[in-house]
Amino acid sequence: MCCMIDSDIPIINSKLLREKIQENSIRIVDVRREQEYQQGHITNAVNLPLAKLLADDSSESIQKIAQDLGISDETPTVIYDDTFGALSSRVVWALQYIGHEDVKLLDVTFSQWKDLGYEISTEVPEIETATHSVKINPEIMATAEYLEKVKENKNVVIIDNRERLNYLEQHIPGAINIPYRTLATDGKILRTKEGMKTLLKNRGISEDAEIITYCGSVGTLSGLAYYALKSIGVPNVKLYVHSFKEWKSLEKPIDKQENANYWDLSAE
Amino acid sequence: MAQQLRPSKPADKQSKIDWSRRQEAENFAETVKLFRQGKIDPDMFRRFRLQHGAYGTRMTDDYAMVRIKVPAGQVYPNQLEKIAQLSEMYSIGSAHFSTRENIQLHWVILEDVSEIMQSLSDVGMTSREACGNTVRNVMCSPMSGVCKDEIFDTTPYALAIARFMLRNPICQGLPRKFKFNFTCCEKHGMIRIVDVGLLPQIQEIDGEKRKGFKIFLGGGLGNRSFVGHQLEDFTPVEDLLYTSMAVIRIFDRMGDRKNLSRNRMRYLVNDLGWEKFQNLVLKERAVVKATQSVIVKLNIDDSVNEIQRPISVNDESASVPDGYARWEKTNVEKQSQSGFNSVFIGLEAGDITANQLRSVAEIIRDYSAEGFARNGFSQNIVIRYVHDDDLKSMYSRLIENGLAKTGSLTMASAVGCSGTTSCNLALTNSHRLAKEVQRKFLELNYDEDDDLKDSTIKISGCPNSCGQHQIATIGFYGGGGRHGTDMFPNYTMSLGGKFDEDAMLGHHTARVPVKRIIPVILKIIELFKENKQSDDTLAKWIDRVVSGNESSKITGVDDIKKAIAPLIVPPNVEDEPDFYMDYGSDTNYHTVTGKGECAA
Repeated sequence: MCCMIDSDIPIINSKLLREKIQENSIRIVDVRREQEYQQGHITNAVNLPLAKLLADDSSESIQKIAQDLGISDETPTVIYDDTFGALSSRVVWALQYIGHEDVKLLDVTFSQWKDLGYEISTEVPEIETATHSVKINPEIMATAEYLEKVKENKNVVIIDNRERLNYLEQHIPGAINIPYRTLATDGKILRTKEGMKTLLKNRGISEDAEIITYCGSVGTLSGLAYYALKSIGVPNVKLYVHSFKEWKSLEKPIDKQENANYWDLSAE
Repeated sequence: MAQQLRPSKPADKQSKIDWSRRQEAENFAETVKLFRQGKIDPDMFRRFRLQHGAYGTRMTDDYAMVRIKVPAGQVYPNQLEKIAQLSEMYSIGSAHFSTRENIQLHWVILEDVSEIMQSLSDVGMTSREACGNTVRNVMCSPMSGVCKDEIFDTTPYALAIARFMLRNPICQGLPRKFKFNFTCCEKHGMIRIVDVGLLPQIQEIDGEKRKGFKIFLGGGLGNRSFVGHQLEDFTPVEDLLYTSMAVIRIFDRMGDRKNLSRNRMRYLVNDLGWEKFQNLVLKERAVVKATQSVIVKLNIDDSVNEIQRPISVNDESASVPDGYARWEKTNVEKQSQSGFNSVFIGLEAGDITANQLRSVAEIIRDYSAEGFARNGFSQNIVIRYVHDDDLKSMYSRLIENGLAKTGSLTMASAVGCSGTTSCNLALTNSHRLAKEVQRKFLELNYDEDDDLKDSTIKISGCPNSCGQHQIATIGFYGGGGRHGTDMFPNYTMSLGGKFDEDAMLGHHTARVPVKRIIPVILKIIELFKENKQSDDTLAKWIDRVVSGNESSKITGVDDIKKAIAPLIVPPNVEDEPDFYMDYGSDTNYHTVTGKGECAA
């Protein structure tokens, strides 16, 4: 089947999506809570509350979710949320993990879509169940065990996407910090390709490196980083899905910025 | 909340002056790379970094503090929004308003600094020469232009001096940092504690009223502090630039470049003696004037600011929110322009969240008839030209956004430098201490006490003076104390500091352990209440006590020392472990400092 979305464009432009909605040739997935979805969503979008995906993220479960949403191996899929793209990137990652290729983020959040005056609806589209295969994509997944094994490797860069203060207080040894907010730009969930490349260049991160991203607990903030890196063509990016929460519970080593009371600078 | 109907918002005001130079960002990024590759000498890199406004961070080379200059303290809504965004992207999600009208972003990864510089260019801001041996942010009283006691508005002169000095070759390698402060009146500006302080004057010469200044030279706070000297009776505005150049040239030529701890201009003034220094300045000024090949003039824009009250229709039926009277009493000053007010927004030790910054920007647009804000001298923000009729509705908006802290114009708004939250030199967490003191004062409603209104509390985390403790009614600077083998944070308390026309440095009184500071302050207030005269204020009373002119039970500093002595005895560590921990820390105190950069 012909790809409905230009694969050179990493994220789908909201204007383009409007055209695709008319054609009804793609699957749009809203990952907000059910209640929010019911109050209004992008026309033709189906609902997958993130919690449902997180409840069981085995490949079988992801496969079933995809099939129930009418996503076959070839269905071009677009995901959106109202949380600066973090929840939807986690869903993108899950679909990619079971081998789905044509899945993209929408470049704006639901609120921004609404503010732009674009079509929303409360109608729930009818879903025809589809068949989706499972072709596990192991190179985009990192486990604690894997991370620990490779973290000293010269070519490995570990990126912590939590906010700066959380990072200063504790992080995986050797990780560098790129807070998820750094990935966005005015009014768009991601920087431009050029902006993203500049950030990596300034930080001395080679695009040939093996990059592993993590965040606080379920891989959402780091999912956004995963997606941002993938979308500019960085070939080897992995998501440490269970992130720092698991790392801590496994009592793995932790680093900290010592001898400074940085928390007291926060006005929160 | 009162309903706001705004059929037509006036266009967003933006800074008329673009302080930035875009290529500096790229140059900075390149230089950081060379430094990381070991291709640049670390000392050279440090000077370069400071020149561009990136200060070192406590115990690490990985982070910097970016100090954004706000000349004359004038800051625009779009600039605040940009800083909000930058704080979330590259810093800790909060920004910090400093005592010198800068806005600082802390814990920024050195490699990200260039991106901040790039974004600052989008809104005409710069961090250039905010640190290092340069002319630092040129300050101007936040009340300039609206103060009831001012002779004329010095803001255009402050901006002109800032423009002239920024990136000026002569200011790139001074013996040490150099500070200008302009004011409206003696009360609102700190003109006697900086290298050059300027107070507006008008003199009638040959029947013509001429604008000018009283110029004070060689003041400054630090390990040794000095009060500035007045250069001459009257310096006409035409001589402002020549005088400034003369002073900088003398300092550049004669300042101490070797002895790092004694190289501020105040030491030169002190070493030469005032009369000799004064003569040098006057002669040098004559030379500067006589030898210029082209007439150099300051670019003074004294066009009148457009004052246009944002259109608002207040809902008359809206009830007055709780606490309004207290807030108005302690945060609002009437302006010389009838019907308008300056509203002081107090921040805890100068800290503000990204979302609050965005709210401030919106509130400026909705309430200020001049369309921008001014940074204050006490880690605060001042929104001016707020109409009488809009105050209540503005108060509601401030409450909604956690910005209606009372006591901004009172002793309750304690100043604290960044201390161990980010500074290499700090010995104690002065930043958090200031917040604790403020919270206690507000809890006790001390902000409403007229007797305390003109007093100040200022706290530094080391003997240097970023917290300006020497000019506080009650000032503190941090250090370490020892009881047996156990260490605890111990502050030196000074009393009776002043920065107005009777400027005086505080009198060292006692060493006070950190966890006893609040009790000691409360004890001093109690002594004052017991012994005060009918129309007394704490500041006046302390002034009499430190100068030995008090005739009540407390006749001098020794009596205060005696009264607080029982409070400051260290307990055994087993009896009170908390005594041995600094605020914000759950382990026993020990002093850790890195290399200071003031002198770099």
